[in-house]
Amino acid sequence: MVFKKITGFFGKIFSNMFGGHKELSLGFYGPPNAGKTTLANKICKDWTGEELGSVSKVPHETRSVQFREKVEIEYNGKKLQMKLIDTPGIATKIDYEDFLKFGMKKKDSQKRAKEATQGVIDAIKWLDDVNAVVVVIDSTQNPYSQVNITIIGNLVARNIPVLVIGNKVDLKKADMKRLESAFPEYEVIGISAKFGKNMDKFYDSLFRMSKKI
Amino acid sequence: MKKILDKILRDEIVILQGRLAPEEETSLIQSTMALVGRIKKFKGVEIAVINPGKDEEGILNKIKFRIARALVGQRDALTIVGPASLVKEIKRDPRKIDLLLKR
Repeated sequence: MVFKKITGFFGKIFSNMFGGHKELSLGFYGPPNAGKTTLANKICKDWTGEELGSVSKVPHETRSVQFREKVEIEYNGKKLQMKLIDTPGIATKIDYEDFLKFGMKKKDSQKRAKEATQGVIDAIKWLDDVNAVVVVIDSTQNPYSQVNITIIGNLVARNIPVLVIGNKVDLKKADMKRLESAFPEYEVIGISAKFGKNMDKFYDSLFRMSKKI
Repeated sequence: MKKILDKILRDEIVILQGRLAPEEETSLIQSTMALVGRIKKFKGVEIAVINPGKDEEGILNKIKFRIARALVGQRDALTIVGPASLVKEIKRDPRKIDLLLKR
């Protein structure tokens, strides 16, 4: 234990001295339709020119974990290399009938529901492979949902640094004060991933968070 | 955990004194998600936690709560878990909880 701590301490010093840095495995977690993929796409598009995944108004569009490695961000003279891990929305219940409301056929809805349940299981498994997480919450929705609390509780228990994002601030119903009061222990940044609003604040916080790893 | 799952699958709502650990909550979500589509009409679960101690004011009261929690665990919270098909909606805010049943 002591030996591990000593080697870890010197490893960190030598790593800083010779400029070597570990790739940040950044997970995007949150409930369905909060804008995780939209934000991951925005970052990918900004720094690699390509998007990561498709987005849709129908919940559970992302049903499998998708990632992009070696995304390098250069911001205010600082560099950060990341592996972006976009995860399916975590839900406690999935009803195929909810997809029918979006005009989907019964068979397609049932298939989507089946894939979405597997997506939730996979998203939880991937918590073991991230070293920092951006929790994306729809700022127009009630933030006191058990899913949000469960996700953040798990990250705290695993000692994983968390950045809470209130997305969709471009919408009239957005309520950042409610979101901030729900998570007073965390820095909460309001953004619109779709329109790129407040991305500078997001990148500032991301660099600050990367120092905690 | 198996006991909770068995009760949920029997269409029962479970009220627990205290709260599940975050890892237990995710384990419950994973277990129930694996059953959606396999068990007829099962759509998952609803989980809600009421935590009255959270709003306790005053340093002395906060210290008392923390000592009690360290000694006996988080007994002041109340956790409600039920099958999503049975519980239509659990409206949650920090102070109250309403269960609206479908039947």
